[in-house]
Amino acid sequence: MKTHYWSRLERWSARWVRWHTALVLLFLVAPILIIMPLSFNSTSYFSYPMTGVSLRWYETVFTDGQWQRAFLNSLGIGFASTLLATVLGTLAALGLSRASFPWRGVVMPLLISPMITPIVVVAAGFYYVFAPLGLVDSYLGVILAHAVLGTPFVVITVCAALQSFDHSLTRAASGLGARPWVNFRRVTLPLIAPGVATGAVFAFATSFDEVVVVLFIGGSEQRTVPRQMWNGIRDQIDPSILAVATLLILVVLALYACTSWLSKRHSGEIPE
Amino acid sequence: MPEPQAYAALAHSLVAASASDELGSAARRLNFYDPSMRSLLLKTVRKVKGRDSDDWSVTLPEIDRRWADMETWRVLKRAAQSPTADYLLAALDHRVDSTGAVVEMPREESIYLQAFLRTIGISASVTLICLLLAYPVSWLLANLPTEKSKRLMLLVIIPFWTSLLVRTTAWYVLLQPNGVVNSLLSGLGLVSQPLQLMFNRTGVLIGMTHIMLPFMILAIYSVMKGISPVYLRAAQSLGAKPLTAFVRTYIPQTLAGVGAGCFLVFVLSLGYYITPALLGGAGDEMISQLISVQTNQQLNWGLAGALSTYLVIFTGFFYFVFNRLVGIDRLRFG
Repeated sequence: MKTHYWSRLERWSARWVRWHTALVLLFLVAPILIIMPLSFNSTSYFSYPMTGVSLRWYETVFTDGQWQRAFLNSLGIGFASTLLATVLGTLAALGLSRASFPWRGVVMPLLISPMITPIVVVAAGFYYVFAPLGLVDSYLGVILAHAVLGTPFVVITVCAALQSFDHSLTRAASGLGARPWVNFRRVTLPLIAPGVATGAVFAFATSFDEVVVVLFIGGSEQRTVPRQMWNGIRDQIDPSILAVATLLILVVLALYACTSWLSKRHSGEIPE
Repeated sequence: MPEPQAYAALAHSLVAASASDELGSAARRLNFYDPSMRSLLLKTVRKVKGRDSDDWSVTLPEIDRRWADMETWRVLKRAAQSPTADYLLAALDHRVDSTGAVVEMPREESIYLQAFLRTIGISASVTLICLLLAYPVSWLLANLPTEKSKRLMLLVIIPFWTSLLVRTTAWYVLLQPNGVVNSLLSGLGLVSQPLQLMFNRTGVLIGMTHIMLPFMILAIYSVMKGISPVYLRAAQSLGAKPLTAFVRTYIPQTLAGVGAGCFLVFVLSLGYYITPALLGGAGDEMISQLISVQTNQQLNWGLAGALSTYLVIFTGFFYFVFNRLVGIDRLRFG
């Protein structure tokens, strides 16, 4: 009797877990799935049933000078800051991975702290530091700030890649007469390349999605896509924002495909 | 009262400051102590300009009686001190009164302590909701066959990767009074009139939970994935009831993941800005929004700095504890 009762409880809880999971996953995906079709709505209503299918909001986005500029800005700032973050983060990770590195337990959390520090505090900090240097309302300022935000991701992924790195390889190479630069270029870099690339994708995604720093230190010249969306939501929201959102979701899917491909090439070091 | 030279010096500096556009920042600094100082300075400058006086210690009180008041001069003296603890006190709704004692601000002016408490409250609620929603999901994903769980995992990862602003926009659209959620609810006959789902706490909690939930699921999942089912079976074969076995042997093994997830969600929520700014109402301002207002609108950098200091110290405390207990290297972002 007792066992019967417990097995029923088990069956009941297994069913409950399935339903719970289904609902939670629906909660996570539904908003994204629901807004994509609405971007094709022929009228500016945000509700179903749709009145008709049209590409007019996409036309608005692609012909509007402000959106064009925003996309160019986002790409330019994204690539420049990613390049900076990747170089700096990789160098930092190479240094940190040496056994002789002093104060590793202090330096590592400090390097990762931009990830945890409240973004508004970081942005306000950049404002105070950049204002006297004339970097507020400038491309250089936004690029430098985004590079700071992206660097921790590169440090983490390259450190992870270096954990499985066999240091006897570099010793062997230098034993055979390779200079440090050749050693790095021909031995270390090819082996940690997937980690570097994964970090770079994260850094790019961070910059591409960032709005608070741009709000604080960017001027109207430096408007990025998220910044333009922020304005759109606050002023007069219309489905052209949903068209941009749909485009961004496609970008994300492409970036995600990139990292899964990278992690397949070099399994075990991509975070999730 | 000050010497007559002080009056003369003040009159000359005011005119000089007005000529070099520095009067505004001085007025702002003084207004911080006494909201009537700005108008007093502007009025004085206007009347002093183009006027000469043999004895400014008579003329200034003639222009405005407040220059004969000791309190006005005390404010000037206090504002000249640097460094000052005034901003750090103001960020906790306290100030120094004219006798130099630290006193609480009047209730109607005290907003920051409440905002800190509200921020902690919202972050804690989001953390708890995420934990309750995520635990069973992580359990199922960790115990399904690999192929199936990989496919379901995509449903967690894709929203996770989707731009924060895109997801907030989605909720902004869905939660409107005549939006998808409300028309669904009324279509099902669950509500007779549209629910107010945004510009209030409900909107903030829905939006933030949606953004934080993947962190929690992934953190707990990564730990559950490594737990061998052997322990659970051993406990049961030793006579433990399934529920007891689960609570006493399984849950303790997942605590590292639960801790990591809760830490991440709580700390990231503390500094949240975009979602509460777009989905919240007048009563849901989190501390980040107040920092932003002080930096960008009020231009009160001292106060913004003080608020930031408290927020960073509070966040840093959790960061430190987490680093000690779990190790920041173990944090995996995706």
